[in-house]
Amino acid sequence: MDDRIVKSITRLVIPFIQLYGIFIILHGHITPGGGFSGGTLIGTSLILYTLVFGLLPSKKKFSHRMSQIAESGGIVIYVGIGLIGLFLSGQFLTNLDAGFPIGEPGELFSAGMIPLLMITIGIKVASTMVSLFHLLIEGDLDADHPGIR
Amino acid sequence: MQIIQAFVDHINFIGAVALFLIGLHTVVTKKNLIKRIMGLNIMGTSIFLFLVAIGNVTGGVPPILQQDPNVNYINPIPSVLILTGIVVVVSMTVYSLSLTIKIYEMYGTINQDELTHLIREEEIHD
Amino acid sequence: MKKHLLSLLFLIFFGILVYSIMEMPTMQNQDAPSYNEVTEYYIKNAVNDTGSVNFISAILADYRGFDTLGETIVLFTSVIAVASVLRTVKKKEGEDY
Repeated sequence: MDDRIVKSITRLVIPFIQLYGIFIILHGHITPGGGFSGGTLIGTSLILYTLVFGLLPSKKKFSHRMSQIAESGGIVIYVGIGLIGLFLSGQFLTNLDAGFPIGEPGELFSAGMIPLLMITIGIKVASTMVSLFHLLIEGDLDADHPGIR
Repeated sequence: MQIIQAFVDHINFIGAVALFLIGLHTVVTKKNLIKRIMGLNIMGTSIFLFLVAIGNVTGGVPPILQQDPNVNYINPIPSVLILTGIVVVVSMTVYSLSLTIKIYEMYGTINQDELTHLIREEEIHD
Repeated sequence: MKKHLLSLLFLIFFGILVYSIMEMPTMQNQDAPSYNEVTEYYIKNAVNDTGSVNFISAILADYRGFDTLGETIVLFTSVIAVASVLRTVKKKEGEDY
């Protein structure tokens, strides 16, 4: 868009939206929320960036290569955490038996492998939302006026 | 009266059923493809409301641990089953919308009557 | 004429479904069929087994972790399915693809 007010306010607001999304992901075992809702918030902030500034500047920040790494890496890290449990004790995807530190219930660094899984899910959901939006918009791109107007 | 009391007690389930029938009416009656896809999405959302309403407990609190040892927590299991359901409904909606984009590129219209006419003409000319 | 018949049919459906909903138990008070011993086990032992204060996160990531793995696979498959429909491969000149 070419509006000056919308561009300035978007530049001010997007870091706060992402900070709130990261807070909801990391406190998934203390407060309501978790990986899925926090990932949706971060994905929504990147969709807002695409709508205001155009498609080409947004593809520089979140390219096709980064989407490949985020999607595949999410599943590989999830299965890797499960395989740690398989090698250290005897079962796939365990929490207590595999030696993850439990800590005090109610602190930030507690509950074993649950914050790690929440971070993995959050990255994956954010990358999915942005990839699907860019794929649906791309057909509207032509040579003489790039970006969405 | 007793019927009005029973109606008010089951208001969540009746709302879910009403949403389901609104979605079904949209799928059956309208001719635009995008409106019918949105009708499928509304039907999926109504089932989530039904599942959450099953797990409710009278005078219950949200399922986070509290200091008081004798409170009633609501049933957390239906809320967990909904998260997987939401992902499935979103995937189905996105795939249907991408197929609609391809249909518009090929035939030039997204009205169901004109599409049937064009496809039948194409089969006759082949 | 057809539209009126369809609306009447939907009203009959609504009546049948509301009549069958009246048999369901109202806001349960822990003596309903869906509040069974599985839920009581989860509520009683979630803090000792996992150390997380939020019951829903403990069920989602620890007790039923396989379902979450399947769900991430569904997300991955949906991106690949949409990309296979909407991204076309352009042929270069003189190449036989």
